[in-house]
Amino acid sequence: MLAYILKRLAYAAPIALAVTVVCFLLVHIAPGDPLNAIAPADAPAEVIEALKAAYGFDLPLPVQYAKWLGRALLGDLGHSVATGRTVSSEVLSAVNNTLLLAIAGGMLSFILGTVLGGLAGYFHKSKTDRVASAISVIGVSIPHYWLGLVLTIVFSTWLNWLPAMGAGPGGSKEWAWDYAHIRHLILPAITLSVIPMGIITRTIRALVAEVLAQEFVQALRAKGLGDRQVFLHVVKNVAPTALAVMGLQLGYLIGGSILVETVFAWPGSGFLLNTAIFQRDLPLLQGTILILCMVFVVLNLIVDIVQPLIDPRMRRS
Amino acid sequence: MLKRTSGLMGWLAAVQLSALIAAPTLHAETVARYGISMADIPLTTGQPDRGAGAYQFTGHTLYDPLVAWEANVGDRPGKLVPGLATEWKPDAKDPTKWLFTLRKGVKFHDGSAFNADAVIWNLDKVLNDKAPQFDAKQGAQVRPRIPSIASYRKIDDMTVEITTKAADSLFPYQLPWFLISSPAQFAALGGDWNKVASQPSGTGPFKLDKLVPRERAELIRNNDYWDAKRKPQTDRVVLLPIPDALTRTNALMTGQVDLIESPAPDTVPQLEKGGFRIVKNVTPHVWPYHFSLLPGSPWQDIRVRKAANLAIDRDAIVQLLNGLAVPAKGQLDPSSPWFGHPKFDIKYDLAEAKKLMAEAGYSKDKRLKTKVIIAQGGTGQMLSLPMNEFIQQSLAEIGIDIEFEVVELENLYLHWRSGAAADMAKSKGITAINLAYVTADPFYALTRFQDSHYIAPNGVNWGNYKSDEIDALLAQSKTIFDTKQLDANLTKVHEDMVDKALMLWVVHDVNPHALSPKVKGFVQAQHWFQDLTTIRMD
Repeated sequence: MLAYILKRLAYAAPIALAVTVVCFLLVHIAPGDPLNAIAPADAPAEVIEALKAAYGFDLPLPVQYAKWLGRALLGDLGHSVATGRTVSSEVLSAVNNTLLLAIAGGMLSFILGTVLGGLAGYFHKSKTDRVASAISVIGVSIPHYWLGLVLTIVFSTWLNWLPAMGAGPGGSKEWAWDYAHIRHLILPAITLSVIPMGIITRTIRALVAEVLAQEFVQALRAKGLGDRQVFLHVVKNVAPTALAVMGLQLGYLIGGSILVETVFAWPGSGFLLNTAIFQRDLPLLQGTILILCMVFVVLNLIVDIVQPLIDPRMRRS
Repeated sequence: MLKRTSGLMGWLAAVQLSALIAAPTLHAETVARYGISMADIPLTTGQPDRGAGAYQFTGHTLYDPLVAWEANVGDRPGKLVPGLATEWKPDAKDPTKWLFTLRKGVKFHDGSAFNADAVIWNLDKVLNDKAPQFDAKQGAQVRPRIPSIASYRKIDDMTVEITTKAADSLFPYQLPWFLISSPAQFAALGGDWNKVASQPSGTGPFKLDKLVPRERAELIRNNDYWDAKRKPQTDRVVLLPIPDALTRTNALMTGQVDLIESPAPDTVPQLEKGGFRIVKNVTPHVWPYHFSLLPGSPWQDIRVRKAANLAIDRDAIVQLLNGLAVPAKGQLDPSSPWFGHPKFDIKYDLAEAKKLMAEAGYSKDKRLKTKVIIAQGGTGQMLSLPMNEFIQQSLAEIGIDIEFEVVELENLYLHWRSGAAADMAKSKGITAINLAYVTADPFYALTRFQDSHYIAPNGVNWGNYKSDEIDALLAQSKTIFDTKQLDANLTKVHEDMVDKALMLWVVHDVNPHALSPKVKGFVQAQHWFQDLTTIRMD
């Protein structure tokens, strides 16, 4: 098991390096001027050139990359060109806000997805299966930007039950676990949960149906095990793959949904990325993408390590 | 016992009397929550970023310029008014030297005095890269807006001399963009502009109480503000960045904010039914197609340019926007002092448009095909895609087939700065650019598009218009210090622009705001500068 963990960690290092290269280069491929963040659109050429030199954007790309990577390894992701604030502080505060949303949306999607998928798989090809499958297809198909707006119109504008936007009456810095704040989380969390809910439902449905069709289940029943005990065996077999899918979905959620966070003016990493993209704020873009990618890499690493603990077949292999 | 009782009664009476005296001064704080269309709070260090529309939020609230714009009137165009300078005039012998008499008795929010040293310090902040307080970001924001300044010096504690590169009567129009922040505060915060951003100090009618990046800025009334006519009518204004128009509108309808800028056009009827007030006004903004006049461009033919202008039903576009626009009759609104009497009347006349196209040699079998670069959206671009599709269909009716190159707004700015002649434009066959323009002053409205000195890379005369007559008129305008004469010159420039149909002018934005019934007062200026001191709540 230790060797397995060390092997997984060793794989993570080159993946992380490749991620830094892609993060750095990707933002340079997009057309647009990195100084749009600070210079008015009609700034004359000499102002732009002077700024490029001041911010180091006139250096060759490999040199810019090496400098950036060197600082990043020491935890310094530079400063936002637009605001002057450190990229780390910007990203960390945004990721904190997204984590709140991601965990809420994630929990909702995992619970709903597991229940619906389990029911659909267990009662395969029945009415229950059809209803659960329809819900999951709607979940993955519905554009969540549209869904967010519809939920806002219904629950905020018409019924006035829930707020339309924001991370609390006083903003995210004054977050508290009381109803006044949690009600701001409800609509964006529901909106964010539908796609992962749909994916998890479909995955678990297929896994449960597949496992139930295997011979060992017949053998278990022949041995006289009741439904509950058989179900526990099914869960153990389904869990590793389901866990992997959930881990991936959590990674996507932590990456932040640009659309959902913009619709609800939720100050998370998606909202931050949105601003950085439109402003061509390269250091902020690079830093944000890098941190989010690393979160993904770490999450996958955790899932890879936890899976064998659940599935003895993986331990043996 | 009697003595004690009477003593107690006396004490109670005294307490009641004190309460009565104090009562008028005790009141609940009035708060206006303003949903703004930006994705973040504009910079608070002194020179806001995010364009002209940002100055109303963290520019002219926290700071003052030497020469201000009259933004607290809505029934007529504003004008330049004294700010931190009470008087300014060019030297009679050398009109490149401007003397500014500074306002006495003004203090920054931190208590330090405003004087000539502060002005020089602020000029160094944006123009002198050797100065310890120089800030590249603030400099980048404001330098393109104050291009005339060559040098400056202190004459005495309350007098500053600024020298321009050449005689320029329009120089004062540049100064509302240049704001004065406190040198003492900068020093007290260790010379760190990032710290100043969260604890700014200006002389403005508001102070910054709280700043949460990307979420809110809370401005509180400056009770010691020097201009009694501009004391804020609300104790606290909370700015909330809500970039999505529908989200902003929903926030207003659910009572999370009290006023918003730029409501989603489709929601206007619903807002009006719900008792919300839509406020709009003539705004120095125009939404045009800027034609390339280079050889090879089909727009070189004035008949084609005029035909395009006559082919657009502007009233229909205003309907498309639910009334949140006005038809354009030129680069400027007819209420502008420089509009004049152009001979070319921009209106919807399909028959005349077709006639002009026929005269230009086009027919059913010989259609004009060309490409226009547009943005998919973004600040100032209004409803870019539907409006452009409307234009495309309209022009198709007169034999002009437009293909669009749709790019993101920041990318469009790159094309704009590069000019029509740039390789990317040439090789892609782009002959016009659709970009909304601020037309707030003569330079922004006329000079930068018509003066041949501003052809790329020196400026944004994108279409490469060159006229010796107009160049001479504009050069002469800079030496005219008499307002009537100057207006006459600028009028000729505008008339020329319209008569030559240098652009396809479609509509002017009206900078709409939607107000909840709780907002009892808000004066919308005919400018992108708005005065938030006029906001008054229930």
